[in-house]
Formats: sequence, C-alpha cells, structure tokens
Amino acid sequence: MTNRDAILHVRGESRYVDDRLTPEDTLFGAVVTSDVACGTIRSVDTSPAESREGVVCVLTAGDPPGENQIGNIIRDEPLFADSEVHYIGQPIALVVARDAATARSVARGVKVEIDPGTPLLDPREAHAQGSLIAPPRTFALGDIEAAWDRCKWIVEGRVESGGQEHVYLETQGTVAWPAEDGKVVVQSATQSPSVVQCIVARMLGMPMQRVEVDVLRLGGAFGGKEDQATAWAAMAALAAWKTGKAVKVVLRRREDMRSTGKRHPYSSDFRIGLGKDLDILAYDVTFYQNAGAAADLSTSILERTLFHATNSYNIPNVRATAVSCRTNLPPNTAFRGFGAPQAMFVMECAVRKAAAAAGAEAEWVQRKNLLSVGDEFPYGMRCSSPNARRSWEMLEDQPETAVMREAVSVFNAEHALRKKGLAFMPVCFGVSFTTTFLNQAGALVHVYSDGSVGVSTAAVEMGQGVNTKIRQAAARTFSIGLDRVRVETTNTARVANTSPTAASSAADLNGNATRLACEAILQRLVRSAADLLGSEAPDDISLLDETVQASGQATDLKWEALVQHTYRNRISLSAQAHYATPRIHFDKAVEKGEPFSYHVAGTAVTEVTLDCLRGTYEVDAVRVVHDLGRSINPMIDLGQMEGGLVQGIGWVTLEELLYDDEGRLLTDSMSTYKIPDMNFAPGEIQAEFIQDAQYEGGAFGSKAIGEPPFMYGIGTFFALVEAMRAFRPDLPDQHILPLTPERVLMELVADLSS
Amino acid sequence: MIEFLLNGKVIRSEASPGEVVLDVVRRDVGLKGTKEGCREGDCGACMVLLGTPGERGVEYYAINSCLLPVGTVAGKHVVSIEGLNGPGLTPVQQAIVDEGATQCGFCTPGFVIALTGFLLGDMPLDPDSGYTAVSGNMCRCTGYLSIRRVVKKLCAAFAGTGNSPAARLEAMISSGVVPAYFETVPRLLAGMSGETPVCGVAGPPGDALPRQELDAGSSPPPEMDDTGGQADPGNAILIAGGTDLIVQRPEEVSEARLVLLERREDLRGIRIEAKDCWIGAATPVEEITRSEMLQELFPGTDPHIELISSVAIRHRATVGGNLVNASPIGDMAILLLALNVDVILCAGEQRRSVPLKEFFTGYKQLNREPDELVEAVRFKRPSGGSLFNFEKVSRRKHLDIASVNSAMMITVEHDVVRDVHMSAGGVAPIPFYLASAAESLRGQTLSAESIRRAADEACSAIAPISDVRGSGEYKRVLLGRLVRAHFIELFPGRFGEELLS
Repeated sequence: MTNRDAILHVRGESRYVDDRLTPEDTLFGAVVTSDVACGTIRSVDTSPAESREGVVCVLTAGDPPGENQIGNIIRDEPLFADSEVHYIGQPIALVVARDAATARSVARGVKVEIDPGTPLLDPREAHAQGSLIAPPRTFALGDIEAAWDRCKWIVEGRVESGGQEHVYLETQGTVAWPAEDGKVVVQSATQSPSVVQCIVARMLGMPMQRVEVDVLRLGGAFGGKEDQATAWAAMAALAAWKTGKAVKVVLRRREDMRSTGKRHPYSSDFRIGLGKDLDILAYDVTFYQNAGAAADLSTSILERTLFHATNSYNIPNVRATAVSCRTNLPPNTAFRGFGAPQAMFVMECAVRKAAAAAGAEAEWVQRKNLLSVGDEFPYGMRCSSPNARRSWEMLEDQPETAVMREAVSVFNAEHALRKKGLAFMPVCFGVSFTTTFLNQAGALVHVYSDGSVGVSTAAVEMGQGVNTKIRQAAARTFSIGLDRVRVETTNTARVANTSPTAASSAADLNGNATRLACEAILQRLVRSAADLLGSEAPDDISLLDETVQASGQATDLKWEALVQHTYRNRISLSAQAHYATPRIHFDKAVEKGEPFSYHVAGTAVTEVTLDCLRGTYEVDAVRVVHDLGRSINPMIDLGQMEGGLVQGIGWVTLEELLYDDEGRLLTDSMSTYKIPDMNFAPGEIQAEFIQDAQYEGGAFGSKAIGEPPFMYGIGTFFALVEAMRAFRPDLPDQHILPLTPERVLMELVADLSS
Repeated sequence: MIEFLLNGKVIRSEASPGEVVLDVVRRDVGLKGTKEGCREGDCGACMVLLGTPGERGVEYYAINSCLLPVGTVAGKHVVSIEGLNGPGLTPVQQAIVDEGATQCGFCTPGFVIALTGFLLGDMPLDPDSGYTAVSGNMCRCTGYLSIRRVVKKLCAAFAGTGNSPAARLEAMISSGVVPAYFETVPRLLAGMSGETPVCGVAGPPGDALPRQELDAGSSPPPEMDDTGGQADPGNAILIAGGTDLIVQRPEEVSEARLVLLERREDLRGIRIEAKDCWIGAATPVEEITRSEMLQELFPGTDPHIELISSVAIRHRATVGGNLVNASPIGDMAILLLALNVDVILCAGEQRRSVPLKEFFTGYKQLNREPDELVEAVRFKRPSGGSLFNFEKVSRRKHLDIASVNSAMMITVEHDVVRDVHMSAGGVAPIPFYLASAAESLRGQTLSAESIRRAADEACSAIAPISDVRGSGEYKRVLLGRLVRAHFIELFPGRFGEELLS
C-alpha cells in the first residue's frame, strides 16, 4: 500500500508552513516578548524600531481592530500584553520587516519598561492565594467517609509530576495574506483550524467567512498546536491585514520553548485504603494543576484528569478534586494524554504505597483491583470492556514474562552495582472529547469525472497518519484503489466548524464522516449503474475492486465508465457528510454521564537496568498487550504505540523543565532539554494487539491509538524504583517525576537518619 | 563570492562566509527539504552531506548545516535531500517507507542524509555503527524502533560492501543509494575555485595572524563542549569547527571576516614523534576516534569517544577549538588533562609550550597571549603499563553535555601507583586537574582505602555550582562515584561495591 505522505517525507518534498511558496514580497514578523514573569508595563517604545531600515511596522496591543484577545474557552489571554505581563515570553509586540534577520534584530532592541512584581510559580501557593482559573471540581462515588472505617490499611502521600515540552520538530508558524474584499487567508500550523479562524475573525472584527484557514500538515504537534498555534496565526493575520502584504511568523526553537505552554506540572495529595482482602475500598485525591498565566485548555485537561483518577481500577468509594491554579508560567496546554497521565501516576503511587503497607506485592494489589465489565467509574459510566483485566492476564501468561522475571532476579543476585527492575502498568483511557459538542466532524468528498477522488475533512495530518486512514476509508467504501484518493488540506472554506484534531479521535470522527459522504455518492452511483445495466433492482448492484457487480457477478462496467456515465446524466458526484458520536452525554451539574464512546485498555511490563554507581539507567524492554479494535492500518498503529510509549518514558525520566526563581525557563533549548534519542529508546518494544473487540464506535471497528500508549511509559518510573530498591531496600517512597539520573543517584545516597 | 557544488549544480553564493549553509540552501537557493529544527546541532533535521575532495577521492559525511559556515564549503560538494532524489526511491528512502519509520516527516530528510552518509562513509556496515550514524538525529514521533529496523535492513542489504570510500561510492552509485551524477563530482570540483576571497586562511606557519583578542567573560555560558575560535574587535574570527561559537554568537559569525583554521593542513593530524605524540589543533575529534595510532596507545577507548557529542558534530569539532573554547565541561579538555598534555602555542616564529593543567586560568580565561595560536597538543607516549579511563554522566547518555566528566591515566607496578593523572569537568570554573587526588595516590599501594581517600580528596578539592546540568551537591557526589568508577573499570573483578562503603 502506498503511503503518499511517507514518500513525500523521505524525498524532502513534504511542505510545512515555512516551506510553502509565498509571494515574493512576503514580510516577516518577529515577536517582542516579556522578560519578566509578572509586572506592570510602564512603556513600550516602538518608534526607534519603526524608523529602522527594512522595518514596515511594529504592532502592539492597540492595533487589533477587533478584540486584542485569543482566549478560546475563557477569554483571559491578550494577543499582545497591554497593561500587565504575566509570564516570561509573553508577546508584547510584533516587528514586521522585509526579512527575518532584520525583524529579529530589531525586535531584540525594542525597549519595554516593566515594573516587576513577585511571580507566583507554585500551584499550591496560587491555590492558597485564591489564584484560580476556575472553581475546583469534584467527582465522587460511593461514601468515602464511611469507607475508611472498613479499611485495614490506609496510607497517604504527596505526588509531584513535572511538565513536558512538546518538542514538535517543526516550531510554531503561520503565513497570512490579504485577499480581496477584506478577506484574510491564513496558512497555520494548527491542530484547530476553526479556533484560529474564529479568533482571527474576532480579533479583526470581521465575520468568520472572511477568514480562511488552511492547514497542509504539521511537523509534529502532540497537543502543542491545539491552542498554542493561535497567537502566531493571529499576529500574522493582523500584520497582513495592516500591511496589505503576506506576512510570515515562524518561531525559532528557543523563542518557541520560552513562549509556549507545556504539559501541566501537577502537585497532588492522595489517601488510599485497602480492605483485608486487598481490595481498594477508598481513594481520595486532590490535584493542583499548574495552569500557567492563562486558561488555555486547562479546564478541559483538568476534567480529563478527573475522568482518569482511578485509571484501570475498580474503586467503589472515590473522591477526586481538581484545582486549576493560575501562576506566572506560560499558559500550559494540551499534550498527549491531556491530564490523564498525571492522574494515572498518582493512582499508581497510591496503589504501590498501599501494597507496601499491607506487605503485599504491588502486582498482586494491582491485578486484584482491575476493572471488570459492569464496574462503575466515578463519573457514572459503566465499564463495558473486559480488556483491562484481560490484557493483564494475557501479558502475565506470555512465556516471556516469566523469563523476564527470572532474568531480573538472577541478574540482581549476580550484580552488586547494577540492578534490574520490572513493573506492570495498566492503562484504561476514555475516548471522545469530554466536551461533548466537539464530538462531530465533517467531510466533503468529490468524485471527479475521471474517477479520481478528493476528500476534505476536519482532520489535520500531523504525523499520526490520519490522512492515510481517511484515504483508506474512502477507498474501502467505494472499493477502489487507494491511489485514486487524495486527501486535501484541511481548509475552513471547505469543511466548516472543525473540532480540533485531538483526543485521539480524529480518525474515528473524520473516518466516519468520510465513510458517510462516500456512501451517499455510492448510492447514486449504484442507481446509475442499475440504470445503465438496465437492472430493476439497485439492491443487487455493488462495487468490488473498481468493477460493478450485479447479483454478485462482475459486469463489464468499470469504475471510470460508471463515473463518466453518472456525470453525463447530471447526477452529483459530490457529497458532504457530518458525523456525530452517538449516545455520549455528560452533566456537569452532577458530574455524571457517559462521556466516552468507548474505553481503550491495556497493560505494559517494563524492564530496566540501573547503574547504581553512576545513577544512570537503560530501558531494556517494554512489552504491551493493547486493545486496538480492528486496526485499519497496523503499521500506523504500531508507530503510534512505539512513539507514544517512548514519549511517555521521556516524561518520567529525562525530560525536565527547570525554572529559576524569577520564572525563567532554564531548559529552553534542545541542548538543555533532552528528549529520548535512538540510544535511549527501549532495547525492545513488543506489542500484542487485541483485535477482536466487538465495539463499533471507531471507524470500521478500529479504536483510537494516539494517546493511550503514552501512559505505558509510566511503567518505566516504577521499574526504576524497583531497581533502586533492589540496591537499597530501605529506599523511601518515590513520588516525584521525572526520575532523572540526578534524582536517582541522590536518592540512592540520601541519608535517611536526618 | 563562494563557489561550491550543491547537488548537481554549481552555486556561486554572495552570502557572507559566516552565514550557515542551512540559510543559503533554504533562503537563497530555495530548496526546502533541509529543515531548521534547533540551530544548535542538537536535532539533525538540517543535515546535509559534505563531500570533500582528497587523496582517496571525494569523501562524504553527514553534517549539521545549521553550524556549517558557507565559507567552509567553497570547492566542496554539498548534498541536500533534493540531491539524492531520483525518479524512484533510493534504498534508504524505500526502507524508511517500508518500515513506517516516518510520521510527521520533519526529521526524515535528516535521517535519510545521515543514513546515506553512513552507507557512503567508512564505518563498518553493522547495526551499531548505523545507530551511531544517526545519533545526532532526533525524532519525536516514532520512538526510533522503526528507525532501528531500517538500519538493520540496510546493513543486511549492503553487507559485504568494502570499507574504502571508493568502494563504497561505487557500490552506492550502482545500487541507487546516490544518483549517478556523483560519478562526475570529482571532475566538477576540480574545475572549481576553492577560494573564498572574503575569508582568510591563517598561515602558513610564520605568517602574521590577524589581531585577535580573547573576549573572556562577555560570552554566555558554554552550551556545547567542543569547537573553537574567538572574536576580535577587528571583526575577524579565527574559527576551527565553530560548533559552539555559531550556537553562541551566530549573528557575529555571520557578519564577520572568517579565518578558517581547517584549511591549515599543518595544524591537522596525529603523529608519533620519538617519545611524543602530537595532535594538531585543527584535527577533528572524529579523526582522533578513528586514529589507529591512538587506538593502539589507548585500547578500548572507542566507547568513551561515543559519548562526545554526535558523529556529525565530531566531524567538525576540533581538539584546539575545544581547548580554546575553555568550557569547564569540555570532554576533550578533560581527556587531555588526564593525558597530561602540553599545549603548543605559536606566534609567528615564536613557539612555547604550556602544560594543559596550567593553560586554564579562570572561567573562559587562558594562559595565552592575544597573538598566539594554539598549534597542537603534545604528550609523552604512555608506557606499556599505563591504563586510561574516561567517565561521563549526562542527563541523556548520548549527544548531551556532561553533568560531570572525569578521566584518569594510571600506571601501577607491583600494586603500587607509580604515576597517575586525573581530571574532572563540571566541578570548577575550568576543566579541572585533580592534583591533590592524584598526589594522594602516587606511591601508594592500590587498595579500596587509598581509592576512597583519593575520591574524597577529589570531592573536597572542587567547587561545583548548581545549573541545568545538576545541583552542586549532585556533582560532588557524582565525581566521588566517577573516581571510583575509574578503578572499577580499569581493574575489573578487583574492586566493587566495597568502594562505596
């Protein structure tokens, strides 16, 4: 099967925002940002910059003709800071010049005077000061206060998880240009074309029909271009509107890392109780989310944290509270997992600590409490899949698991300064946007008179292979060759009101919308074929391998001839279709409902080797059993599994965001913020897919794959803790991630007497 | 004007010699397949092949075009991804497609270039060498497992191909890894001017150097641990590899007149002279890695060199640059301190020699006059009984800057330490010679106790600061561990966990 994108990629012919052809006199915009995390702007002196050779204009908060505002869910984020600044890297002005070098060099010289205040960086401190994005929310199940009495073991703890920089290889960027009649065309590297369209329109004070957003593809996004692409798009659009020229804004790596939000750091408290049979009877958890300076998607992310507070476990009495805290960091944002990884990490810390208190193996307690069909989640939905438990058992039963366990114990007996550790990590992830209205998608399909097919949808291709899956959906519905189908750019003039490409759901939603549009055209084609063949019964007509079948027998009528005939008979060969996920609902007033189309479940086992002398480590192997539904494209899904997992491992090990006391990001480059490389990736990843799922929620029976594998990476954290404990049996609880080589060594040498 | 061959076409660039090839290729020539990911040699998205004509024909290696001044490619062959494309896919491209080893695609041209460079180069075609070849390429999507499958597939497909550049080139042309026009490249380059009129080439030896002054203290803290050159107020920059200088001060380099030390053949190479070993200042680190001479002197050091940056950076970064850059954490400086090398400085006809341990006088400050050029390092050939070890711990093992690095050379006779030199980086404002620790061992019987004492001595002699590479406390603990590690590595089976007690 030909993957068009892959062929373009290996030839360097794929075009990203910075590569697309632009008019010869395209201008370049460079952003002036705040150098203090919190303060009052006294003055912004743009006049020296404006008089510099090559500079066309300098735009500031007063320039948008509409609202100087890019907040999506909550309108709390100015495009350009006006009276106050709230984080280092916050945009204050845009220098528009004839070329990038001039724009950057002038931008560096723009004088901004700010009276600095004291930055608030810690979410608990923000909470204590009442600095919140929105009121706290609580999900509750059973009667937790009554349940504690029935617990034999009760433990508490505090858990910290760090943020994570997306490091999409393509940095943020946009090119915008004016079209006639006040229209602006915006080529943006965004996961949310309609959000960009809506906000640009609002900012320019014009209706959305005058803003056309076009997205060809993204060079990686992972959530980092869901809301965070908007600012640059709005700046380029404003500059284009103002100058009448095409304007490009593309960030350099360091500019991007300083100014854009990341995965939310969380600080959490838990209390967990086990009954005498090691059942988890009660779980109380509070999450303090470090949202940064503006809401961005934080409230939705917080919600997903709550939905995943109990991960794969059946717990009858739960209270989960979550607080989104406003601090002076860049607005934190979506990142693969969207709040769920933070929740699952706390849950695992709690389960392990409880098991230790009861003197039981962690795996025993984990396994004992896995979800079964019919179990109730804290938000009222019932578990409909047996795969949480089943995946664990399948993994446990694989002969390699026994080999792995034996190898670990033999190795540890034989080595004094190197230790291996092993950990199981279950994952149960709900699929659908938790904001119910977003679970819709549109597709526009054209069959051209030569038989070739063009498909436009709401989905944005960012490496996850959604365009290939959509091509497959169209080709499969028509029963034609894949090469006949082309997926067009994501364009708001062709498909309107697009939901972001996010929540692992783009293939589900857009694949189904594509199928529906193709089915509508197919019906017309079948009637047309019946007419041509003189058949009275269109029900007997079908298409198979580009050939019309009558009563199951191939006829001489081929796809191209059928299309021509239909066209000449003045029958529409285009269709638009809309898909909305059925059944889902959620009532925030009571925090109950059925928010997910389905759950994806699986289990991973991770083996690591720790060098106890140096504090360094390697991930030897990760083996996963994962519920995939009926995969449309196993190669793409395997790639998502491996890539998501390694990103998750990065989050819990190497990837560390360090800030100074002023709120300045110190790890603001790829030389200081280290993502996994070829050598750090696990020695082996073995994935067994459960493909017999009965549920039909995804496209053609497939299930979402984008986010769930990320969370298998959490297993690496606990495997490392096991290895540390093998070296140092009195090791205290490890509840802080990332577990960097520095943290490992310092924990191994820590003096516990003090 | 700078004349070079880009893919199959002669380019006459009006760019300033210090502008990087990445910008010339994308902005001026308009080829967009080469991507900008970080501009500091840490992602590999911008890799191109650089072909240099020499005695063995045109030799190619993959290199980060974001750190490559266009002045240095005059008379050479630069190959961007577009220069590999033919009507179909090359075997490298096909393997990536077949294994699903591309997702968003942004890093992919860099991987294609690095893997093509691997096949064209002289490293053995085995998977481990292949992984090394892409050690400077980051991918955020795939998790690398599929890329490993590509490497294995390519190694299997090309097993048995000879290691000489000529044999490789012929095999890769005939199998379509590179297009047929590569055959004509030597001829095209021969007719080309290697001159870069606006660039100077320092030397030959004896010539007056452009006036240069150390610009100590004005530069931000070092980010990369190799490279060289320093700016002078007269707008001329002596540049060796430039792999740190261009990261730190790109605008300055792009506008400056460059003096290209890499053109000074007399500053390059590794020689054994009587009892001494001589390494030219402009010798790239990768050349040292490959030196059979040094491998004989220091058997088993390959894995340590692997920890220095990436192979693409090692092709550019030089010994002298690493020393002059004076990063307190420079890997080469730490290695050379333990070899107890002398630095040879020359100013015109004048030469003098300074022990490396006296060369660093303060943070980014050197025992070096403004008109002096680092010519080479020289050290005594180690005696048969000397053992050498290098340790480096960084957050990520490969292509990262050390939290602490350390090296030791030791000679033990009848269990008594005859001589020992020890160094450590990341623990002081300069690459640090651990004099007192070494002194505590000299003449002592090798024992767990004497090793522990030396480690304690090392830890008490240093003053590490807290930064992005780790807290000061961590670095102190880590150095204690690395000093112990030297002995555990060099005397296998003899020392172990008792050193930690």
